[in-house]
Amino acid sequence: MPEKIKFFIDGKECLAERGQTIYEAAKANGVYIPILCHFEGLKPVGSCRICSVRVNGRWMASCTQPVTEGMMVENQTPEVEEYRKAIIEMLFVEGNHFCPTCEKSGNCELQALAYRYQIMVPRFPYLFPRKDVEAFPTFLLDHNRCVQCRRCVRAIETKDGRKIFAMKNRSGQVRINVDRKLAAKMSEEEAQKAMEICPVGAILKKEVGFKVPIGKRKYDFKPIGSEIEEKSEGVKNE
Amino acid sequence: MLFYDINKPNFMQGFLMSSIKRLLKKYGKNRLHLITFLKELQAEKGFIAEKEVQKLAEALGLSMTEIEGVITFYHFLTDKKPGKYVVYLNNSITSEMAGMEEVARSFEQEAGCRFGETSADGLITLLQTSCIGMNDQEPAALINDVVFTCLNQEKVKKIVAWMRQGKPVQEMVEEFGDGANRHELVRAMVKNNIRKAGPVVFGDFKPGEAIRKALDMAPEEVIEEVKKANLLGRGGAGFPTGLKWEFCRKEKNGEHYVICNADEGEPGTFKDRVILTERPQMVFEGMAIAGYAVGAKLGLLYLRHEYTYLKKYLEHVLQKMREEGILGQNIAGKGFDFDIEIKMGAGAYVCGEESALIESAEGKRGEPRDRPPFPVQKGYLNQPTTVNNVETLATATQIITHGAGWFRSMGTPVSAGTKVLSVSGDCEKPGIYEVEFGLTIKELLEMVEARDTLAVQVGGPSGNCISEAGFDRKICYSDLATGGSIIIFNKTRDLFAVVRNFLDFFIEESCGWCVPCRAGNVLLRKKFEKIAAGRGTLQDLKEIEAWGKIIKSTSRCGLGQTSPNPVLTTLANFRELYESRINKEADFIPEFDLKEAVAEACEITGRKFTEEHEHA
Ligand SMILES: Cc1cc2nc3c(=O)[nH]c(=O)nc-3n(C[C@H](O)[C@H](O)[C@H](O)COP(=O)(O)O)c2cc1C
Ligand code: SF4
Ligand code: SF4
Repeated sequence: MPEKIKFFIDGKECLAERGQTIYEAAKANGVYIPILCHFEGLKPVGSCRICSVRVNGRWMASCTQPVTEGMMVENQTPEVEEYRKAIIEMLFVEGNHFCPTCEKSGNCELQALAYRYQIMVPRFPYLFPRKDVEAFPTFLLDHNRCVQCRRCVRAIETKDGRKIFAMKNRSGQVRINVDRKLAAKMSEEEAQKAMEICPVGAILKKEVGFKVPIGKRKYDFKPIGSEIEEKSEGVKNE
Repeated sequence: MLFYDINKPNFMQGFLMSSIKRLLKKYGKNRLHLITFLKELQAEKGFIAEKEVQKLAEALGLSMTEIEGVITFYHFLTDKKPGKYVVYLNNSITSEMAGMEEVARSFEQEAGCRFGETSADGLITLLQTSCIGMNDQEPAALINDVVFTCLNQEKVKKIVAWMRQGKPVQEMVEEFGDGANRHELVRAMVKNNIRKAGPVVFGDFKPGEAIRKALDMAPEEVIEEVKKANLLGRGGAGFPTGLKWEFCRKEKNGEHYVICNADEGEPGTFKDRVILTERPQMVFEGMAIAGYAVGAKLGLLYLRHEYTYLKKYLEHVLQKMREEGILGQNIAGKGFDFDIEIKMGAGAYVCGEESALIESAEGKRGEPRDRPPFPVQKGYLNQPTTVNNVETLATATQIITHGAGWFRSMGTPVSAGTKVLSVSGDCEKPGIYEVEFGLTIKELLEMVEARDTLAVQVGGPSGNCISEAGFDRKICYSDLATGGSIIIFNKTRDLFAVVRNFLDFFIEESCGWCVPCRAGNVLLRKKFEKIAAGRGTLQDLKEIEAWGKIIKSTSRCGLGQTSPNPVLTTLANFRELYESRINKEADFIPEFDLKEAVAEACEITGRKFTEEHEHA
């Protein structure tokens, strides 16, 4: 049997596989740590910082930090939750998010996080940046909604390993840059995959809209994270 | 730099193809050299054309967007055709203090275009850039990679007139600096301004002695000596150098590498430039000693683009060392092979962060990596790599020659030895000071002849802004740590202008990867402006402090983790200044000032703004 590592999340004893990140191990132990940029199966990049936790007074991103023996992770303490909420708010003021008109509303992970963290009005002033909408043969890219999670960059490649989505510029000017020639060759399925991998409504497949009515979508029923927490409650009840 | 008439398509096409082919032949079809390719292409005609991006993408098996991502990351790469002469005026705080505004205005007047634009005749492009490491001779600028210092209106007039005559930029340099700045391969107007030469970096040095001595020891003994000397990293973070080498050596698999970090981007730091100018061999020997200690055969000097003017000279020094048998194959006949290559940066402060530096050295966007793994485990090409600062390596050379005991007899028990400081701002004698650790700020201010000092910025924008109450504090790792930047502000200066300049620096230089740094700093700046404009309340002071803490805590790398320091340290040490700006009576003042927003409209229409108190 492989040797497991013992560690603690908010005092709860947990077991992790060697090499597992805090996020993965927490999930396996039925503890939800909010994530946005991370996506199962992709290399974590620690860009959104919403999964930040505190260990021995030091902050770290749980999606990239491996668990070590005896680690005491602060996850749902007021300060940690407050900092996460602030980061979610930063994302709202940094982009232009008009949820009621967005195809992703109800399926959007950013929106779902805002609900979970009960964000009414962000504490920060809106920046109202000027951002474009670009059209490609099979999909649209709305920069207003992009949170620069880099999921598309990591997930969508040509067969010979060229990136169709890449980052452009630096600082607040960072944008997703799509290779027009390569994007023109993307199939309907690939566009669908890109839309699904995008946590927000930045990548939208063309010519489909509101197939599932608002109110009947993923996060309209249950808050984000509940799938992990329910599993843990199930375990407890057994 | 050469310029061709790109309006002749036939000529260009043939030229284009051949230059990419030539580059691929020279360096190999390897994306590792992407930045080198891009820099060489740009050197030919001032920018990188879409066609070239396409050709390179095909040759390297990349998409065009990946290459565009690299070009748009760096200050000194561009895919837009600039003027024949490209002026990068430094906008660091010391430049502002020395009259940058006036110099900028005269560039605009003479060139006939604004900053951020190219003159209508396509001759001159005016741009600003972050600190170029010339803080004791400001305002300074780079024009087609040539350094111009101490600019003023007359000089600008003369320079622009020469541009109109088509004079090559190098020929516009009429006076030369001191020391090796006069070397025929440098010929720069840059000054060293070494005011105080200490016993270590600027002490006695016999070329070749240290490396010979090191090679007579076992690698473990070299590490032991450096550990005994208690050498702490001089780049800012202060990590024990011997320990870093030991970690790196202990990684058994793969090639090992040594990287010398000569990115020197922290505003107000210019000591690595002077060390590289006057003590290059001490640095290179340090790299070879590090290479011997960790088991590396190759060292890279990552030199910031701004110091391009030193490249030929440094290559010449390396070549001389090879000829003298103290670099390359079988060094000093003792069977150790080690060589050094120079990798050029392309303009990005964050590339001084060691993992971002490694990404950049691999030809990518200079975005930091997640740790673990650390560079000593997986660094350059994912191999064990020790990254050390220029001064750290020079110091290691002297430790090997003179011994750990000698070194520890200087400085303090925790902070052994000396530190090379670069002092700029309001003082009579700005320049380079090699001092023992433990010096107080007060002693330093006397040494540099500073008067009526209001504040001392220790460690650059990411460091600490000290008020008079802290002038008894000591420069050392356990009190005021600094990578070498000391900027002095006298009582005539407006600290709000200083903080603003620093915040803008971090906003501009954020790599944009993570949310708190990318967005948080812009929001912090907004809140700061509200307070500076006199529209802040006590609540705003609390909020700006809280926001700063969030950014520091949750940012991904050292840049974001220190970026709120300009606000936080001035708020801690000059609280009365902030309190004097805020409105103590009001509980809340909105972010948005309606009166101000409609002021222009009022003026145009001749109508008066009246506050609306009742809703109809
Ligand atoms: C944003 C940022 C910029 C940095 N810039 C530099 C630099 O220009 N030169 C340098 O030596 N270290 C710089 N560092 C520190 C390096 O990451 C690293 O700690 C250092 O090169 C290690 O060398 P040392 O141990 O010899 O100091 C920077 C760090 C950060 C976070
Ligand atoms: S387009 Fe979507 S997937 Fe891509 S970075 Fe933006 S938010 Fe993430
Ligand atoms: S803190 Fe984040 S955005 Fe800022 S430079 Fe580091 S990785 Fe980039």
